[in-house]
Amino acid sequence: MIAYLLCFVLFLVGLYGIITQRNLVKIAISMSIMEFSTFLFFALIGYIEGGVAPIVDPADPVKTYVDPLPQALVLTAIVIGLATTAMMMAVIIRLYRKYGTFDIREIKNLRG
Amino acid sequence: MNPLIPLFVVIPLTGAFLIMILGRFIRNFNKTLTSLILLILAILSLYYLFTTGDNLSLYKVGGWEPVNRVPIGIYMVMDGFTVIVLSIINVVGFLTVLYSISYIKRFTAENLFYALFCLMIGGMNGVVLSGDLFNIFVFLEISVISSYALVAFGVEKNELEASFKYQILGGLASFLILFGIGFIYWKTKTLNIADIREVFKSGYDRSFYIFVELLFLCGFGLKAAIIPFHAWLPDAHSSAPSPISAMLSGVLIKAVGIYVIIRLFFNMFEISQNISILITTLGTLSMVIGVFLAIGQWDIKRLLAYHSISQMGYVILAVGMGMILISRGDNSEVAVLAIAGGIFHLVNHAAFKGLLFLNAGAIEYTIGTRDLKEMGGLARSMPVTSATSFIASMSISGIPPFNGFFSKLIIIIAAVMAKFYLLALLAVIVSIITLASFLKFQRYAFYNKTENKNDRKIKEVPFPMIFSMVIMSLLCIALSLLAFPGIRDVLLTPAINILTDPLKYSSIILGN
Amino acid sequence: MKGMTVIVKKTTQLIAGIVFLYGIYIIIHGHLTPGGGFAGGVILAGSFILLILSFGSDFINLTKEEAGTTMYENLAILVVVFLAVSGLLIGARVFFLNWLPKGNVGELVSAGLLPLFNIFVGIEVASSILTIFLALVIFKEEISE
Repeated sequence: MIAYLLCFVLFLVGLYGIITQRNLVKIAISMSIMEFSTFLFFALIGYIEGGVAPIVDPADPVKTYVDPLPQALVLTAIVIGLATTAMMMAVIIRLYRKYGTFDIREIKNLRG
Repeated sequence: MNPLIPLFVVIPLTGAFLIMILGRFIRNFNKTLTSLILLILAILSLYYLFTTGDNLSLYKVGGWEPVNRVPIGIYMVMDGFTVIVLSIINVVGFLTVLYSISYIKRFTAENLFYALFCLMIGGMNGVVLSGDLFNIFVFLEISVISSYALVAFGVEKNELEASFKYQILGGLASFLILFGIGFIYWKTKTLNIADIREVFKSGYDRSFYIFVELLFLCGFGLKAAIIPFHAWLPDAHSSAPSPISAMLSGVLIKAVGIYVIIRLFFNMFEISQNISILITTLGTLSMVIGVFLAIGQWDIKRLLAYHSISQMGYVILAVGMGMILISRGDNSEVAVLAIAGGIFHLVNHAAFKGLLFLNAGAIEYTIGTRDLKEMGGLARSMPVTSATSFIASMSISGIPPFNGFFSKLIIIIAAVMAKFYLLALLAVIVSIITLASFLKFQRYAFYNKTENKNDRKIKEVPFPMIFSMVIMSLLCIALSLLAFPGIRDVLLTPAINILTDPLKYSSIILGN
Repeated sequence: MKGMTVIVKKTTQLIAGIVFLYGIYIIIHGHLTPGGGFAGGVILAGSFILLILSFGSDFINLTKEEAGTTMYENLAILVVVFLAVSGLLIGARVFFLNWLPKGNVGELVSAGLLPLFNIFVGIEVASSILTIFLALVIFKEEISE
């Protein structure tokens, strides 16, 4: 039970970072932290009591394995998180070139 | 097992990477290949639109058959509702590619534009065709990340800032959706939409159910830009290049936002009274607040973006009304009418909002400004643009005999018949205010007497742009035929049957 | 950007080859041990990035067009899609079918098409991450000029 609460705490840390940080790079890193909390949650879901890692060993076949499906889902989701972070970093670098600053309070050209 | 279903996803993906390789060696390869791909996809989707009817085509990826009647593979499902949205995606995409053949010439990296465009189309096709929750998430991410890059395409200050805001809110939405998928897998141990419905039939924890429904509503509501999740839409849709604005506002918020909400809340969750009232309230708020925020705008693309929020509010309102009536258990013909009006308005909005954004792009292409106060008198020098813009403005305001009139009429009649008099009154008032806003747009852009500060020669836009605008305006007029009962039974009624019949979807998929 | 000190350069010269081989090991044994295409591809890219970081980018003469890495990436994805579509072409009419013979559990040459998928996905991921890194390094040079 305590493990699920820690996932939630990690999510809150990420959310706090997105809302209050002023540096653009820190906002991107906080978004990454927020997504990582979901991956931990997925990996926790698949646990079965008394299970071992789901690697089939031909010498010792009959065992209780942990659920391997959430692990596959997490692998896909990590790749997607990487793509999102890379995209955000590219836009941040271009923003620095145009505005000359990383501060989000300076970037308010679009209003209304 | 219909093996042509994965082609909707495979063909655009292959095309995108072929463009990246061969685009540097062969001139004009990117334009011809993209147009060809989208033409094939448009013809294929229209063929399926007219022949699917009440059948449900299924495709199990990899050929993995169910084990002990439990579906273990990834399923791709094509039914009556799917083919409508599939046709919208591919037909509007095809017309937008024709438009962008001459519009994108001013940017330097044309290869990247066409490759990202194909990826976006492939992703959206995948979202619409999947019968599996996690597959929806993966294809949603493919199309949305391509749209982040496309919004920031001309790398100026406004576009980068709009893309950054879009990315933060889009990333938050993806997180909420992934969290919801995790919760559902925890309780049901399956990811297939039909199978989740079966598992939930045998009892569930009430508060957990509401929590998961709210997570999905917030996540997909952020993608569909319903109030209060609309903050990214005006910036992103007004700063993007015009063909991309037409695709985003005309197709993307429907295919990955509204379509998934309708699919999940009708076919996966059981319809409950409280959630239906919540959805109807959100729809009404979007409708009213969107149009009031749009009146004071002087930038044409921001005006159109705010009107998108309002029209999406109409669709959510109609669907929400249908859900309330079904959850009460009475009056099922009125519920069918309301949902029919909602889906009809979805199709109409793709046609006329796409056309309006293409017109705004044509105006920007010739004059170079987007401010309504600086233009005027374009009706003489740009006759085709002005005529198609007039048709689109009359459609969105709900003037007969164009298509917007019929869909709004069906929604208002359904509201009156179900005794929601306040909602019908609000719908009529919002329609009148929309008319006022678009009359302002028409007058200042096309019919004003200008002082002729800029003596440039204003000519009509090049031929590919004219061609796609004319075809889309013909679509606007032809779609009004969908209101007649004969045609409606072929196209709209199968969609409504598969949505409102609570057991048909899951029984066909699991029985196969 | 200039390179790092002599100690770092000598250590990298000894280690980079081992990291490269380790990445290839993880990719090829993807159907027997955890890892597979994506994790192995990232390690493979890591060995190249290690070299670039420690020797400096003047060493490579980076220009604006790095057509090499993007070409590998696109070709690898096209091969993956072709392998997936090959199920449609051989007569079984099922997309993404695993049609090579599956051997015994636990051997290296087994599990049908999976090792081929792993290899090409590994190449693709490695070249993608290398492209991202090169784009950032080139951009830094453009800013500092």
